[in-house]
Amino acid sequence: MISAALLFAFACYTLGLIFNLWRITRGPDAADRILALDTMVINVIALLILYGILEGTAVYYEASMLVAMVGFVSTVAYCRFMLRGDIIE
Amino acid sequence: MTDSSNFLVIIALLPFLGALLPGVMIRAGRTACAWFTAFPTALALLLLLVLAPAVMRGETIHAEIEWLPQLGLTASFMLDGLSLLFAGMILGIGLLITLYARFYLSGNDPMGVFFTYLLLFQGAMLGIVLSDNILLLLIFWELTSLSSFLLIGFWSHLPEGRQGARMALAVTGAGGLAMIGGMLILGDIAGSYKISEILQAGDAIRASDWYIPALILILLGAFTKSAQFPFHFWLPHAMAAPTPVSAYLHSATMVKAGVFLMARMWPALAGTDAWFYIVATTGLVTMVIGALIALFKDDLKALLAFSTVSHLGLLTMLLGIGTPFAAVVAVFHIINHLTFKAALFMTAGIIDHETGTRDINRLGGLRRLMPVTFVIGTIAALSMAGIPLFNGFLSKEMMLDAAHDTTWAGNPLIVAVLATVGALLSVAYSLRFIWHVFFGPVRDDYPSKPHDPPFGMWAGPAFLATLVVVIGIVPAAIVGPLVAVAGGAVIGDAEMPYYSLKIWHGVNAALFMSIIAVVGGLVFLALHGGLNRIWNALPRPEAKAIFDWIVAQVAALSRRVTEASHNGSISRYLAILIVASVALGAVAFGGSGLATPSREMLPVSLPVLAGWLMLIVATGSIVVMHHHRFRALVLIGIIGLMISFGFVFLSAPDLALTQISVETVTIMLLLLALHFMPKSTPRESSGLLKLRDGVIAIAAGGGVGALAYAFMLRDVDTISGYHLENSYTGGGGTNVVNVILVDFRGYDTYGEIIVLGIAGFVIYALMDTLLNGPAARRLRNTDYAQNRSRDRHPLMMVVATRVMMPIAVMVGVYIFLRGHNQPGGGFVAGLVISIALLMQYMASGFAWTQNRQRVEYHALIGIGALVAGLTGAAAWLYNSPFLTSLYGYVELPPIEEFGIGTAFLFDLGVFMTVLGAVMLMLYSLSRIARYAGEPINVDPMDYDPKQAIVDEKGEV
Repeated sequence: MISAALLFAFACYTLGLIFNLWRITRGPDAADRILALDTMVINVIALLILYGILEGTAVYYEASMLVAMVGFVSTVAYCRFMLRGDIIE
Repeated sequence: MTDSSNFLVIIALLPFLGALLPGVMIRAGRTACAWFTAFPTALALLLLLVLAPAVMRGETIHAEIEWLPQLGLTASFMLDGLSLLFAGMILGIGLLITLYARFYLSGNDPMGVFFTYLLLFQGAMLGIVLSDNILLLLIFWELTSLSSFLLIGFWSHLPEGRQGARMALAVTGAGGLAMIGGMLILGDIAGSYKISEILQAGDAIRASDWYIPALILILLGAFTKSAQFPFHFWLPHAMAAPTPVSAYLHSATMVKAGVFLMARMWPALAGTDAWFYIVATTGLVTMVIGALIALFKDDLKALLAFSTVSHLGLLTMLLGIGTPFAAVVAVFHIINHLTFKAALFMTAGIIDHETGTRDINRLGGLRRLMPVTFVIGTIAALSMAGIPLFNGFLSKEMMLDAAHDTTWAGNPLIVAVLATVGALLSVAYSLRFIWHVFFGPVRDDYPSKPHDPPFGMWAGPAFLATLVVVIGIVPAAIVGPLVAVAGGAVIGDAEMPYYSLKIWHGVNAALFMSIIAVVGGLVFLALHGGLNRIWNALPRPEAKAIFDWIVAQVAALSRRVTEASHNGSISRYLAILIVASVALGAVAFGGSGLATPSREMLPVSLPVLAGWLMLIVATGSIVVMHHHRFRALVLIGIIGLMISFGFVFLSAPDLALTQISVETVTIMLLLLALHFMPKSTPRESSGLLKLRDGVIAIAAGGGVGALAYAFMLRDVDTISGYHLENSYTGGGGTNVVNVILVDFRGYDTYGEIIVLGIAGFVIYALMDTLLNGPAARRLRNTDYAQNRSRDRHPLMMVVATRVMMPIAVMVGVYIFLRGHNQPGGGFVAGLVISIALLMQYMASGFAWTQNRQRVEYHALIGIGALVAGLTGAAAWLYNSPFLTSLYGYVELPPIEEFGIGTAFLFDLGVFMTVLGAVMLMLYSLSRIARYAGEPINVDPMDYDPKQAIVDEKGEV
């Protein structure tokens, strides 16, 4: 049961990733791209956790936590660049 | 090692250790500074005197420390008669110069710097004369060139000083380069780089086919250093140095290094026709030309400089003659020249110091105004002229004697005649020095009122002048034993010739030559005015102009070569590099053929396929969209994310953590820079060029892909197994990646963090230069503030990052602490903490965060590198190699027993360096905005909500 659920979840998030990719390449706006990249990070976190469940190890939880943290920071940096130009002022 | 050997090593090291003192002691005043310069010199001299009796008995003291035995390089020193003579001169004159310089330098001169340079030079010079290994000697030889460059250019505000220093460095440096070649050949012939062994192999060396090249190369080094014709021109230009430097380097020590080298190598190289014709002829020509120019120089120091050139020529000629007698005379003249020439230079310095000029035409009549200086200067100059009762006379007589016995290309007269001419000119310029400076009427137009200097300034030259007289009258008693033992060291195994150090040798040829010289010299002095007019009317080559022309030509040539091969287009460099790699790869692929694949392809899962698709699409999109820089950055973000994801999937969590952190920091760096750059890349390449680049890129990418594919299908022996087996037992950690980083390959990591630290400093320095240059003006005049959001530091961001800070730091610390056994370690932790700090910079502003910074990032880099280095060095205490780690278990009551090793400390160093370097880079880049006129705010938010409430209440 759990393996079937995992497979389904993998498929969903993978599809999500591909949609994100579409948004990033097509735009049309810089904000769309940034949001899509941020969502992509979230999807990757989800995939990591699913993979951790599949393998039965906790190592990936920590990795996903770090990805979440730095993903947030990159998004903030991209946004600041768009809004203010200078990211540290 | 015995006590004597230890003493010898200490003597060689003392000046270098002492060089650390003056720079510090200058804070305690100029006199204290001079005392602390004199202290190491005096101590070294004392130790030398302790060793002297043994050397005078004929022993040679050796000391040896292994350095790089594989290269034949050992730090070996020896002290024989010749070394003793030179070391004594270097240290003794060093003391006198220290005293003299204390009074010579003005209050505006940085005396601590001067004495530091002086001691460095002294150490280098001592190293040359004490070395028992030619490679070590070469190192010290180059050090004298460098330290003399610093000393000659000491008055760096004077253009002559800078030019003179550069010329001296170029000429002596080029000679040194030639000498390296010569010494390596010599060591190869002799089969050893040890001087004592080379000297034993003299016959083999002289018989070798490589004797002539080695000889010429070594002599180039010696001739440039000792200012022999045609390399003599740098010495007068080096006179722009402060007089203590001229007196020390250009009369007593450095210029004698070439002579020392010829004397040192005399048993191995001398005695052949080649040696005689090259060395003796050069010396003879230099002696005459130097003396001739000296006669017509009006600048006191230039006169003395050319006289030094002439006397160095004399010494070279004596060594070149190749008979033991001439060699011993050379040793004796080295002592005599040292005493009178150093005294004369100091006298010239005193005259310059007290009258404000050293132009002979503006001097005269000083004998009544400066009686003490007059006496010292006259004694020394009479000795230089070779007048009886002064020491210069004795060695000049012996020189003329040696010249008289020398036949040049079958002609028995030519050497004797030219030597007499040299002596005659020497008398003329020496007497001119006395006559035109001290005699004649007292003038009333000296630039400042002349008077005798304080005692400290004339004490040194007075001591030397006393030596001149004492040696002149009772030579055998004073310097007889020293000449014997030093001369014996020069001539090696040859039989000691008969000579006697006394004033009256009876009526012989040398006496007549001497009489001709003195009478002729007086005639020349009387006719000087007329001769001077003729001399000035004659066309003469100007050495400085020629030198400048050559330098300009060489610079132009190298610029042409550089411009032809480096046109500044990075795509061209990359094309060359990559095409070459691909070609090599193709050759290797086609070469021996591949083994048959031994592995099956793995099934492709859905996320992997998606990841692969994303990488391909993102890469392709960058190719299409790279002109739009911001979009390219976002696409790069995808690639970074997917690579990290791939690392996780392929069971490399350490790499994934590092990759994702590096990715974030890189994005921020690029965004910071992009703000001040055009937002799109210009279109430069033509269609054809794009095609070329595309083909190259596909070939390279495809090649690497094929390589990876080929490897992954085959079982290859790797060193991974070794690391896996030994990680816990050898390195005390279960995280193999971290154990490799901090233990197995700790040396690499140590190098890498230092490179990283340097990169941080370089970015800081470049940015500093940039912001103080024209770029800063352009920045100030550009308005970047168009159409921007008004809220610089949104409240939500400030609060969110403030809350995240402790969590992020805890994650960082956690990752660091567990790094040795589970994914993590110093490198990742450094990145994580720096990201946590960067969040504060972004959210709360530059100034607010900067105010809360306690440790400078520069310092952090330094401390980190130091901690890592000391941890590595601690292994030496246990007689283990650098970076050997120790491991043990510790029990602290509240926590469970845990393992800890020195690797932990090393990792701490890595952590601090990474943190410092990353922060320094981002800090440097974010400084640009401040220069562009961006205002800063010390408060965390532009808008204070508390203030708003007060305002509202106020309204109510």
